[in-house]
Formats: sequence, structure tokens, C-alpha cells
Amino acid sequence: MSIDVGRSILIIVLCAACTFAERYFPFAVFGKREVPDTVRYLGKILPMAVIATLVVYCLRGTDIGSMSSLVPAASAVIVTALLHLWKSNTLISVAGGTAVYMVLVQAVFK
Amino acid sequence: MKNSIAFAFRRSIPIMVGFFPVGIAYGILMANAGYNFVWSGLTSLIVFAGSLQMLMITFFQSDMSMLTVIVTALLLNSRHIFYGLSFIEKFNGYGKWKWFLIYGLPDESYSLLCAYKQTEGVDEKWVHIFSTAFIWLYWIVFSTLGGIVGSHIPFDTTGIDFALTALFVVILIEQIKGAASKLPALIAVCSSVVCIAVLGADSFLLPSLIITVIILLLLRGKLETKEAGQ
Repeated sequence: MSIDVGRSILIIVLCAACTFAERYFPFAVFGKREVPDTVRYLGKILPMAVIATLVVYCLRGTDIGSMSSLVPAASAVIVTALLHLWKSNTLISVAGGTAVYMVLVQAVFK
Repeated sequence: MKNSIAFAFRRSIPIMVGFFPVGIAYGILMANAGYNFVWSGLTSLIVFAGSLQMLMITFFQSDMSMLTVIVTALLLNSRHIFYGLSFIEKFNGYGKWKWFLIYGLPDESYSLLCAYKQTEGVDEKWVHIFSTAFIWLYWIVFSTLGGIVGSHIPFDTTGIDFALTALFVVILIEQIKGAASKLPALIAVCSSVVCIAVLGADSFLLPSLIITVIILLLLRGKLETKEAGQ
């Protein structure tokens, strides 16, 4: 397959620049002066909201009408959460939840 | 410093596990599109944004204008605008390393930054720097590896990408445990579910985040009283 090297490099550079610009944005706007109270409030309260949104984002492909899609995802999330509430060890919770998910999608709901 | 490196490494293991299938898959997809491991490795090094890099494969193969590339890239990663907000003062105190930490702020680094709790015997600044460096390294190595090995992985990795979901679930639980109010998480989940129902699963993220921010701003008085009362 032939590729357009110049165009590909341009796309990579543009995408990298856009990504950095967005990551830098809050620093450019609020970095030099005293951080406004509203922004400080958002900075404090947003992580929980954003992480909750990312959990939904990761699960967005789950089809709640299909058992073979819903059961593995729901079981794995529940196992992860229960393991974490029980042991409070990130590695155990992540490994346990992932193992449950892999077994269910590979062997049970093929 | 040694403690900080070891601590940062331990914290980054779940992300290593989660990045393995995603990075490999990315390398394979790139190779299938005609871009060998040098391309996938370098793109991961330079761009360092998983979902955008997946989408870039379709950019490569299309004849879309550079303006469309820019707009799509900005929209897809727009959630990152919110990430820095929580670390402005922290990063500003880190000297030149600030630039590296801003550069290396995808979802996974952000989640580790959010999850950090003061720990005896480690230096927070170096924990963040090394966590980011480890995550970056995993991403580069796995995407390069994917380009090299192609589809010759000896075991079935289907579903291993759930590790990232599980990590976010764990971090969410930690956040809720330490917070005065669970309301921000509840608002975010409700907003996400409504936005998915209305806009579909592929375009819900940014509208949902904006709605969440607006609701959180409206509830500021109430939520700040709770924080203060804790």
C-alpha cells in the first residue's frame, strides 16, 4: 500500500498541535494571574464528575438490550467495585474485574 | 527519588495492562493501513492521545481537508480542556516540568493525578513526572510492538481492554470515598446517560461534560457549603 508521506506527517503534526493546545488551554488562560474562585471550585469538584463520565464513556458500546453485551460489562463493573470496596487494592480490583470480563466475553457469551 | 519512581511504577501497572491490547491493536491497524512500526511508534511519541490516533488512521486514508482534520481533532479531544483546570497551581509550581506534564495529560495520566493522595516518603512532583513518563513509554512501546508483531499474539486478548474501564471505576470509588458529596458523580452519570440517549454513543462526551459543568456551577453554593462543613 502506498502512503503519502508529506500529507501523513502534516496530519501527525497538526493533531499533536491541537492536542497540546487543548491540554495547555487552562494554563494559558488562568496560569499567569490569580486563579479565579470559580475555576478553583471547578478544579476541585470536576475530577469526580469527569472520571464518572469516563466510566460511562468506556461503557458506551454496551448494548443494554443484548444479554451477551450487558452481562459481561455489568458483572465486571460490579466485581471490580466489590473487590475494591472489600480490599481497597487497585491492582486486585482491576485484575479481578478484567479477568471476569475476559472469561465472560471469550468463553461464556461467545 | 527512588521511592517516588517505585511508587509511580506501582501506580502505573493497571494502565500498562490496559494499554497493552489498545497499543497492540493500534500498531496492527496502522500496519494494515500501510504505516509500519516506525510510524505507529513515532505517532504515539508525538501525539500521545489514544482515541485521536485511532481516528487519525482514517484521516490518513481519506482525502479530507486539513481544516477538517483540525476541527475533528479539536472536537474529539475537547474534554482535555477541562483536565488542566484542577492542576493549574500545582503544575505552575513544578518549573519546566510543567510543560512535560501538560503535554502528557491524556485520560490515563489525568486519572492518576486525580487519584493521588499524600503519601509518606515520596515526592509528589516526581511521582507525577514518572507516572506520566511510564504511561507515555508504555504507549510508545506497545504501539511499536503492535506494528512489529502484527496479528501473531499467541493468546486471545479479547476483552483485556476492560482494564482501563476497571481502573476508572476504581478511581471513581476512591474519589467518592474522599468527597463530601457524591452529587458531582451522580450529575455526570445522569447527564451522560441522557446525552447518549439523545445524541448517540459517539457524540455524547463533550455535550455531556458541558452540561455537567453548567449544573455544577449552578449548584456551587450548595456544594461549597458541604465541602466547608466536612
